[in-house]
Amino acid sequence: MIRMTDIHEAPPEPASIGAEQIEYLEQLARIRLSGEEKERTARDLSKILDYIEMLGELDTEGVDPLSHPVTTEPVFREDKAVNDDRRDAMLRNAPEHKDGCFKVPKTVE
Amino acid sequence: MANFETVMGIEVHVELSTKSKIFCGCSARFGDEANAHVCEGCAGMPGTLPTLNRRVVEYAVRAGLALNCEISRFSRFDRKSYFYPDLPASYQVTQLYHPICKNGHLDIVADGKTKRIGINRIHIEEDAGKLVHDDWDDCSLVDYNRCSVPLIEIVSEPDFRSADEVVAYLEKLKATLQYLGVSDCKMQEGSMRADINLSVRPVGSEKFGVRTEMKNMASLKSIARAIAGETRRHIDAIESGETLIQETRRWDDNKGFSFAMRNKENAKDYKYFPDPNLMPVIVEEEYIREIRASLPELPEEKKARYIREFGLPEYDADILTGSRYLVAVFERAADICKNPKEASNWVMTELLKLLNDAQMQPEDMKFSPDSLGTILNMLTEGKINRAVAKKTFAEVFESDVDPVDYVRKNGLMQVSDTGSIEPVIREVLDANRKAVSEYLAGNEKSIQFLIGQSMKALRGKGDPQVVRDLLIKGLDERKG
Ligand SMILES: [Zn+2]
Repeated sequence: MIRMTDIHEAPPEPASIGAEQIEYLEQLARIRLSGEEKERTARDLSKILDYIEMLGELDTEGVDPLSHPVTTEPVFREDKAVNDDRRDAMLRNAPEHKDGCFKVPKTVE
Repeated sequence: MANFETVMGIEVHVELSTKSKIFCGCSARFGDEANAHVCEGCAGMPGTLPTLNRRVVEYAVRAGLALNCEISRFSRFDRKSYFYPDLPASYQVTQLYHPICKNGHLDIVADGKTKRIGINRIHIEEDAGKLVHDDWDDCSLVDYNRCSVPLIEIVSEPDFRSADEVVAYLEKLKATLQYLGVSDCKMQEGSMRADINLSVRPVGSEKFGVRTEMKNMASLKSIARAIAGETRRHIDAIESGETLIQETRRWDDNKGFSFAMRNKENAKDYKYFPDPNLMPVIVEEEYIREIRASLPELPEEKKARYIREFGLPEYDADILTGSRYLVAVFERAADICKNPKEASNWVMTELLKLLNDAQMQPEDMKFSPDSLGTILNMLTEGKINRAVAKKTFAEVFESDVDPVDYVRKNGLMQVSDTGSIEPVIREVLDANRKAVSEYLAGNEKSIQFLIGQSMKALRGKGDPQVVRDLLIKGLDERKG
């Protein structure tokens, strides 16, 4: 679902990542970090952001945002169903499966 | 009590009828065994790369042109990140910043008035998988067959003020997309899904009220109920001074109420960014021109032509052109029997009745397109009578029999030669003396009973006109 009101570039995040932001990111990514991991992740992410911040020193006035450094002709596929049924092979990659389906922790909307 | 106005916008997701998925060579067919159409690509495994299905762009442009949109010469794919088991890559590929079509419209007729509904944008995206909850095992089971099936999302402007307008729009959109051949638009199978954004404000107010989004309506009827239910909830809240929250809600058609969705939809922070693995889509003017030239006659033009060329009543033309599947049966029949009015009458009465009795949609019809025309020809040529024609058509509808075979095998050819009918008439007149004397006493209606008895004796195959003529002749002879 997309609304026009959602269409704005993400606001710049502060260069230093605090505990609150780590917890928010944990929620979004559905992972749980230990206290030590939280600290380390905050440190690493802050370093990464600082590094990227270097770009802020450049004058980008009048330069269009770039999404792809190299633009080639788009490569298309023809609309053909060429893949075989490889269900069993695909399910073997899952930690658990049941009744031909990928089994995951109960997730309700 | 203040008068309130409901303001709505609609987002329609339509699965495109491609043979394969959007970025891999897996089949996009509906209804197969769970996970039969899954590969490393659509299962979101690291190291796989997407390759765009050419037909997806073509179908999106077709839809855009038919809905009067500007086609973007440059469009691009973005990743919408969210973590949920129906999305194995943990992001959905969509087009946030540069959609393929913009600024279109669709004219609808509701409450007897024509109204132009603005279309804000159409963008391409991929569908997600399907989750089934297993209460026994306290887990969820995921089927990725639908994952990465191509979709277009058609986003309207907030131009709707009544459920009738919404239903008219969805019907028109469905007919148009079916004509274009870009989707089968089956709401029951989920290939067409509508989310309604709804807010309520006092009549005359310029400011929009708090907006909620409703999902999970599986039919037009349930959409109409959801709009009524949600409008009531908003008005109740406004009148009792409660605060409405902007949120996504799931409509429960059995309970007749909407419920806030817990986490998936209401913790929105999608961290959109351009997909580095997919090149922008550049479409040339020439390509757009070619697709425009290949567009079929759309419902509006077809309806006008049916009225003009065939002299059909507007109501009939409207119903017929409301579905390309009805159009297919009608046009083929009209072409074979060279009598569009008769063909239209049969579709409008017999076919709609058969569909209604079977609780079927026109797209679910299975019979050969030539059959109705063949039946109408047999009828005109006097090979069968009207009752047999109806019976044969019902049989065609039910099990796609060959109408000529069916009539021959069941001995249903019309009997119209005097030699075969006369002895039957004599027997009927002898056996029904009461009706005969009533007729002779001046009660002309009793001839209907005698016709019925004669047709029954002829096992329904008699030529009604010949039967009637011979009965009158026989009765006249008995006047004494
Ligand atoms: Zn695949």
